[in-house]
Amino acid sequence: MSYEELGLKVGLEIHRQLDTRHKLFCKCSTSPPAQEGPKLRVVRYLRETQSELGEVDQAAHFESKRMRRIVYEYDPASACLVELDEEPPHPINTEAVRIALTAALMMRAKPVDEIHVMRKIVIDGSNTSGFQRTCMVALGGEIVVDGHPVPIQTITLEEDAARIVRAEAEEVVYDLSRLGIPLIEVSTGPVLYTPSMAAKAAEAIGRILRATRGVKRGLGTVRQDLNISIRGSGLMEVKGVQELELIPRVIEYEARRLKHLLDLVERLRERGVKPEAVEAQPIVDLTEVFRESGSRVIRRKISEGGVVLGLRLPGFAGLLRGEGDVRLGRELSEYAKAWGGVEGIFHSDELPGYGIGEDEVREARRLLGAGEADAFVLVAGREARAREALEAVRMRAAQACTQVPDETRAALPDGTTVYMRPRPGSARMYPETDIPPFRVSREVLEEIERNLPPPLEKVAEELVKRYRLSSQLAWELIDSEMVEEFERVVGLGVAPSVVASVLTEGLKQLRREGYRVENISPNHIYDYFKLVSLGVTAKESALQVLAEIAKDPSLTAEQAVDRLGLRAPPIEEVNAFIEELVSSVPPSERKSATGRLMGELMRKYRGRVDGGLLNKLLMERLRAE
Amino acid sequence: MLVSGVERWEGYSGFLLEMIRAAGAEIGDEVVVERPDGSRFRGLLMFKGELSAENVLVLKLSNGYNIGVAVDPSCRIERVAAGRRPAFTRPPPPPQKSGLPRVKVIGTGGTIASRVDYRTGAVRPAISSEDLVSLVPELSELALIDAEVLFSLYSEDFTVREWEAIAERVKRVIEDGFDGVVLTHGTDTMHYTAAALSFTLQNPPVPIVLVGSQRSSDRPSSDAAFNLMGAVWVAARAPFGEVVVAMHAWHSDEAVAVHRGTRVVKMHTSSRDAFKSVNATPLAILSGGSLKMLDSDYHARGGDGFVYAPGFSDRAALVKFYPGMGPEVLEYLADRGFRGVVIEGTGLGHVARRWIPVIKRLTESGFFVGMASQCRFGRVNMRVYNTGRDLLNAGVVELDDMLAEVALVKLMWALRRTSSLEELARLMLTPVAREVGSRTLPQGVGGV
Repeated sequence: MSYEELGLKVGLEIHRQLDTRHKLFCKCSTSPPAQEGPKLRVVRYLRETQSELGEVDQAAHFESKRMRRIVYEYDPASACLVELDEEPPHPINTEAVRIALTAALMMRAKPVDEIHVMRKIVIDGSNTSGFQRTCMVALGGEIVVDGHPVPIQTITLEEDAARIVRAEAEEVVYDLSRLGIPLIEVSTGPVLYTPSMAAKAAEAIGRILRATRGVKRGLGTVRQDLNISIRGSGLMEVKGVQELELIPRVIEYEARRLKHLLDLVERLRERGVKPEAVEAQPIVDLTEVFRESGSRVIRRKISEGGVVLGLRLPGFAGLLRGEGDVRLGRELSEYAKAWGGVEGIFHSDELPGYGIGEDEVREARRLLGAGEADAFVLVAGREARAREALEAVRMRAAQACTQVPDETRAALPDGTTVYMRPRPGSARMYPETDIPPFRVSREVLEEIERNLPPPLEKVAEELVKRYRLSSQLAWELIDSEMVEEFERVVGLGVAPSVVASVLTEGLKQLRREGYRVENISPNHIYDYFKLVSLGVTAKESALQVLAEIAKDPSLTAEQAVDRLGLRAPPIEEVNAFIEELVSSVPPSERKSATGRLMGELMRKYRGRVDGGLLNKLLMERLRAE
Repeated sequence: MLVSGVERWEGYSGFLLEMIRAAGAEIGDEVVVERPDGSRFRGLLMFKGELSAENVLVLKLSNGYNIGVAVDPSCRIERVAAGRRPAFTRPPPPPQKSGLPRVKVIGTGGTIASRVDYRTGAVRPAISSEDLVSLVPELSELALIDAEVLFSLYSEDFTVREWEAIAERVKRVIEDGFDGVVLTHGTDTMHYTAAALSFTLQNPPVPIVLVGSQRSSDRPSSDAAFNLMGAVWVAARAPFGEVVVAMHAWHSDEAVAVHRGTRVVKMHTSSRDAFKSVNATPLAILSGGSLKMLDSDYHARGGDGFVYAPGFSDRAALVKFYPGMGPEVLEYLADRGFRGVVIEGTGLGHVARRWIPVIKRLTESGFFVGMASQCRFGRVNMRVYNTGRDLLNAGVVELDDMLAEVALVKLMWALRRTSSLEELARLMLTPVAREVGSRTLPQGVGGV
C-alpha cells in the first residue's frame, strides 16, 4: 500500500539549542564547565496541578500517578538557584529572542507583537519547577523543500530540560547542567506525506537554523520530534529522533504499526468484540497457579512477595502475536511498563513458553474463564504495580476494539518506537507570571531584517566563487559545520582546497579509523595550519598531527608536531641534502632524473617540508647548472 | 457569572477595551482578530497582566500558547464562540478517617494559599484551606482535618490587629479540644506572627504550628504540600506544646525543620530553606515520618501553665542604625506618640556617640530604648566598650540574645502591660517563651 493510500501525514518539530552566552532565564553559562566540579544532590517530588482553565492534563496526571522520588545532581558551575527552582526566573534572554526572531524572519514567519512566556506542565522531573517555560515567538512561515512550499506553523523558544542520568521504578536521577539552555522549536504543519519528504524538510530547517549562526552544534544539540498519523489513526508524537537518517525509518515503522493496529480494529469488529466487554473483565489473582511455575522469573517474583495477576481478553485469541516487529502484544506490554512500572507481561499467544507450561496455561484459562477464542495477559510483580499494569492493559485492549489512540512515543536508535505516555493537551499550559511579556518592537524587527544572514545556499555559492572550491566540497564544509573554521584558517594564507579537504574528507577519514575527532578543537586546527603557514611543518602532516591530538587532546598542535618528529629541518639542511643528491648524478643526466630526485626528497621530508617548497628548491638548484 | 465590570476587564483599557466590549466578548470567549494587513489571529480572549502594553490583546491559541497581538482601531475583533472562564475546580476532599488526632488548619493567606492572578499576572492568595486539604489528600492519613479561612492577606499587610485576631481564634480552638493547630501564613512576616503568638499563648497545651511556602501551591514543585504535611504531622503528634514554625530544612523535600516561634527568622528571599533558627538550634527535625527532638527542654504537650495574654501596642518601632545616621529619628518617633524603640545597633550593641544625649533625654521622659544587634548572631554586651557603657548610663536596656524582630514584638506586647520603664525593662529581660537569656553555642552545634 502506498503512503498516499495510507493517508500518511507527518509534521516535524525540530528543536535546536541556541549558542547564547547565558541560559534563557538566568546568568548560567550554556557551555559545559571546563572541569567537572563536585556534584551536589537535591531530592524533590512533583505533584499535578490544574491549568489556567481548571483542567488537569492527561500526561501530567499519568506522571503524577507514579510519584517518583526525583534526584537532581548539579554542579554549581553550571546551575544556580534558578535551575534549582529556588529563585524566580530572570527576564528572558534577549540574545536568544534575537536568534529566534532571526530564524523566524528567514522562514518568513510573522513574529508575535508581545511574547508571553508560558508554563507547560511536565512533571516527569525533567524540569525542577514541574513545568517547562516556553513562548511563541512567531507564526505562519514557509520554507521551500525540493521546489515545494512547506508551511511552518509555529516557532517557539523554550528552556531545555534536565538530562536524565538514570530512571528506576522508584527513583529518577537528573543532571541540571542542561536545564535552561535556550531551545528553538520549529514546527511544520502535518503536511509531509512521505518519509523522504519529511527527512528533506528536517534537513532544510536545520540548514536555516545553522545559517543564523546562533545555534549550537554537535551531538545532543538537535532533537527532532515527529507527529505521525495515517488515515483513521490517532496522532503519534514521536520524541527524540536524534539523527536525520533515522527520520524516514521511524516514519516507515510507525506507518506499518498504525496500519496493523487499524487492521486489528477491523478484525475485532468482525469478531464482534465490544470495548465494554473488555472493560468488564476482572483482574484475577493467579498466584497459586504459578507457585511452582517453570518460569524462573515468575518464581522469583512470587518469592519476593509478589503476585501473579491475570486478565482475560475476550475474542482476542491470535491477535496479540502480530506481524514481525508490530504486535498488539508489544503495545500492551509497553502500556503495562509505562503505567505500572512492571518489567513486562506474558500473553497467551506466546504461551506455553518462557518456562510456562501447558498445565499452567490450562489452569490459568480455567480460572479466568478464557475459552479458545479468548486471549489472556499475565503480570507478575508487587500487587499494586501488577494491578496498575493490568488496568492499563485493559484500557488499551478496550481501545483496540475501536481506535488507535493518540500517544506520546519515544524513538529508539533502531528506528522503532516505544509508548511513553498519553499525549498532552493544551490543558497543560498556563502563564509564567514571574516573567514580564516581551515587546517585539518594529525597530528591532527592521534591524534584524536588514542584517539577515545569507541562507546556506548563498554561503555555498560564495565559497565556490571566492575560494574556487567545487560545489560538493563547499556543501561538505557547510554540512560538517566547518565554514567558520575554514574561513579563519584560509585567512592564514593556506591553500583553500587543502584546508577544505582536511576539514571534511580528512576528519571523516579519522573518524572512520576510530579516532575521537570531537577531541580536536577549532583552536587545534587553527594552530596547526598556522604552523603550516609559517613553514614549521608541512601540510602533508595534517592527518597524522590531528590524529595525535584526537588521541591526546591535552597536546597543543606544536607539541603534537614535535612528538611525531614532523618539525621541518632548517632550510640549509634541506639545501645541503639537495646538493648531495644532485651531485650524485652526472650533470648530463640531471634533467632527466628530476622526477627521481623529487621522489627521494619527498621520501625524506614528507610531512615535514612542503612538497611545493621542495620542488622549488630542487628546480632552483638545477637551474643554477 | 458576572463579576463587576472593572474586575473583569482589568488589564484592558482605552480603545481596546471599547473594541472588546463592542464585540461582546467575555474573557475565555473565542475571538478572531483581523488586521488591515490581512493577518488573522484566532484564540481565546485572556486576562492580561499589568506589564503588557496597552494596545495588546492576549489570545490563547488552540495549542495552549498565549500570544500578544497588537491592535489598533482599524482592526476588527469578532467574537466567534462562547468560552469557559478560567476557574479553579476543587477535587473532592478525601474521606476522613476516624481515630486520628484532630487538627485545626486556619488559613491566613500567603503563597502557600495562592494562585496565579490573571488580573495582575502575579500570584495572590486564593486557595482556601479546604482546597489545600483536597489538593494534599495525604493530610487525611495524618489527622482529622478541620479547615477554615480566617483571612486571606499578604503577610506584609499584617498589623498587630491580625496577630490579636489569630491569637484569639487559636485560643478558642484550643478550648474546643483540638490536638493541634496549623496556621497557613505568608512567609515574609511569619516570624513576627510566630513571636506574637508565643507571647500571647504561653505554654499552650498543644502545638501551634505556623507554615508557609516559598513556591506557590499552583506549581507542581511547590513546597506547600511537603511543608503542610510536616506541619500537620507536628500539630497532631509532636510531644511539645509550643508555638513553632515548620518549614523546609534544606533544598530537598526530605526534612522539615521545626523552629521555636521566638528564635526564627526568614534568611532568604526565595529559597525553600529560608527559615533558620538564630542563637538556638531548631527545636526538632521531622524526616522520614519520625520527629527528632534537638532540644530536650521543652513545654510538654498537655503540660500546665497555659496563659492567654492578649493585646499589642503599635506604638513601638524598630530602628536600624547605620554609619552617619543621626538620632533625629528617635525624636521624631517620640513626637509622633511612639513609646519605645528597639535599636538594631552595630556589633555588641552600639550607635554613634552623638546619640547619647538624645537617648538620655528621651529615656528620662519615659521613652523605652532597647538595644539588639544587627549582627543577627550572638549576644549584645554593652560593657566592653566606652560607648556601650555610656549608652547604658543614658538608659538603654541591653536585650541580651533576643532577635531584634522578636524584641520589637515583645516590646509591643509589654507596652500593653505596663508603662513604667523599670517594669518594661524587667519584662523585656524575663523569658516568657524562651526568647531571651539562653546559652549561646557556636551556630550549627546540635542543630542542622
